[in-house]
Amino acid sequence: MNIDHLEQIDAYTWRLNPETGMHVPAILYGDEALVRAMDDKVLEQAANVARLPGIVQASYAMPDAHWGYGFPIGGVAAFDAAAGGVVSAGGVGFDVSCGVRTLLTGLKRPAVEPVKALLADALYADIPVGLGSHGKIRLDTQGLDAMLKGGARWAVEQGWGEACDLARIEEHGRMEGARPENVSARAKERQRAEMGTLGSGNHYLEVQEVAEIFDAGAAQAFGIAAGDLVVSIHCGSRGLGHQIGTEYLRLMQGAAKQYGIVLPDRELACAPIESEVGQEYLGAMRAAINCALANRQILTHLTRQVFARVLPAARLELLYDVSHNTCKFEEHLVDGERRRLYVHRKGATRAFGPGRPDLPAAFAETGQPVLIGGSMGTASYILAGTSRSEALSFASACHGAGRSMSRHQATRTWQGRQVIDQLAERGILIRSPSYRGVAEEAPGAYKDVHAVVRASDRAGLARLVARLEPIVCIKG
Amino acid sequence: MTDSDSARWEHFEHMADIGVRGFGATPDEAFSQAALALSAVICDPASIRTTEKVEVECEAADLELALADWLNALVYEMSVRGMVFGRFRVDIAHDRLKGIAWGEPVDPLRHRPAVEIKGATYTELKVEREAGGLWRAQCVVDV
Repeated sequence: MNIDHLEQIDAYTWRLNPETGMHVPAILYGDEALVRAMDDKVLEQAANVARLPGIVQASYAMPDAHWGYGFPIGGVAAFDAAAGGVVSAGGVGFDVSCGVRTLLTGLKRPAVEPVKALLADALYADIPVGLGSHGKIRLDTQGLDAMLKGGARWAVEQGWGEACDLARIEEHGRMEGARPENVSARAKERQRAEMGTLGSGNHYLEVQEVAEIFDAGAAQAFGIAAGDLVVSIHCGSRGLGHQIGTEYLRLMQGAAKQYGIVLPDRELACAPIESEVGQEYLGAMRAAINCALANRQILTHLTRQVFARVLPAARLELLYDVSHNTCKFEEHLVDGERRRLYVHRKGATRAFGPGRPDLPAAFAETGQPVLIGGSMGTASYILAGTSRSEALSFASACHGAGRSMSRHQATRTWQGRQVIDQLAERGILIRSPSYRGVAEEAPGAYKDVHAVVRASDRAGLARLVARLEPIVCIKG
Repeated sequence: MTDSDSARWEHFEHMADIGVRGFGATPDEAFSQAALALSAVICDPASIRTTEKVEVECEAADLELALADWLNALVYEMSVRGMVFGRFRVDIAHDRLKGIAWGEPVDPLRHRPAVEIKGATYTELKVEREAGGLWRAQCVVDV
């Protein structure tokens, strides 16, 4: 990215002052190397978001930002309904509520090492991954609607999990305001056989070792110590969320026109929050959030069943579950005034700081866990929300490393078999249905996750708590 | 109907996702080739047996929206039927598109699907006639 037009605020904050049509500035977080490495499209898209009606304070790009559609991935923007603010399907993304949850195991590596291959095989056998894989659960229309209303709470009621899990999930496992009737029959049909499936692309289930602790106090509150093994699950709302994204993006093309909203980019299609389409989308999107929460809950249950067979000493307790692609109605302090805003986080994690009433008591003093995903061979991180993040980004942080190489370039650079063998030499077992899929997702195709989380920490978006290294990865 | 000599498809680079592009003597043919490019995101189209036929219909105000709708209709059919498609025919008349896709149920061992497609996006969405007279139909798909 050409940074000539950006004003450098500090070592990790860059600002594009409002240009033609921009209501607010665009602010990019990251060290100079990360920002320079971002595609020019990130700045163009962040600036376009700043042109949408009712945007408040600034359009933000997180340190892992890259070219998305409409909004950059890693884009954060808040809108005020009373000021004509909009909701944008492209500002949420196709995979609604794609996110990460991390489970503690109570195990250390020596307990797992002798059965590592067995564990990898058992997880791969029991967790449906990749295209064409179906879960064992088939929901009828009534069941689908109950799931869309109830989220992880519904899943726990059905026997897929434990009641204590719910406190450790954003929205306590159930997004209020879901309207299954706003979800099309096609979207529901697409989901019918996909409950409890992991999907493909960058989605995974990993067994990870806590390799380094940066903040002992927060680590203690989170229940993690160096050498502990955890399990992280990265996936989203599957076909239902994808179909909702597709359909409402299409519908919002017409809505934007109807309300006279000038779209700098077709992908920025949006509708006023108070409009019929806006409200319909919010109801459908919240149903998709519940779908993602239910899906991760079922996958957790399947994971627990595998551990119960292979490592019965394990106790898989949920640390936390965070979502990346959402629009949530939240209270934030803007210029000293408390305002209720619709915060879009696309490829960005909510990072509530200490004292937010929505957080479980265990995180009252630390802020919420912010779970940052890696890519098979690269580290993942656990961060904690900060009070400062409130003013910096509506309490948001990065969500992963972000790609630095296209899928084509990745397949030209690596072969899947070779990636799997090299990772095996480092003690990381990969199980995947596709060599090409593994090559496309090779660790080297992603930005340096260390640099991304360091920048998030130093910019004040969230603070470093722990680094996790993978030992087993089930890759879709 | 056989494809013209100019019919072909390709992928183009996008950092996070992947671009699909079809060329043909007519928009119909370019759309059909773009669909082949879509299939090739998932697996080698040559590995797909075209034994089953699925028909789709879409309506759209312009050719570009019609392309996104056509590809999204295929994404939907692949998802709910658990199929992959290896051959296509498209007939666009006025604002209505009728398409046929031939394929088979996905076989993970034979097709080795690399990735599933979430949806066709409006990013880099273009349907236009190039200087040489060839039609080009393209967009980025979210994977």
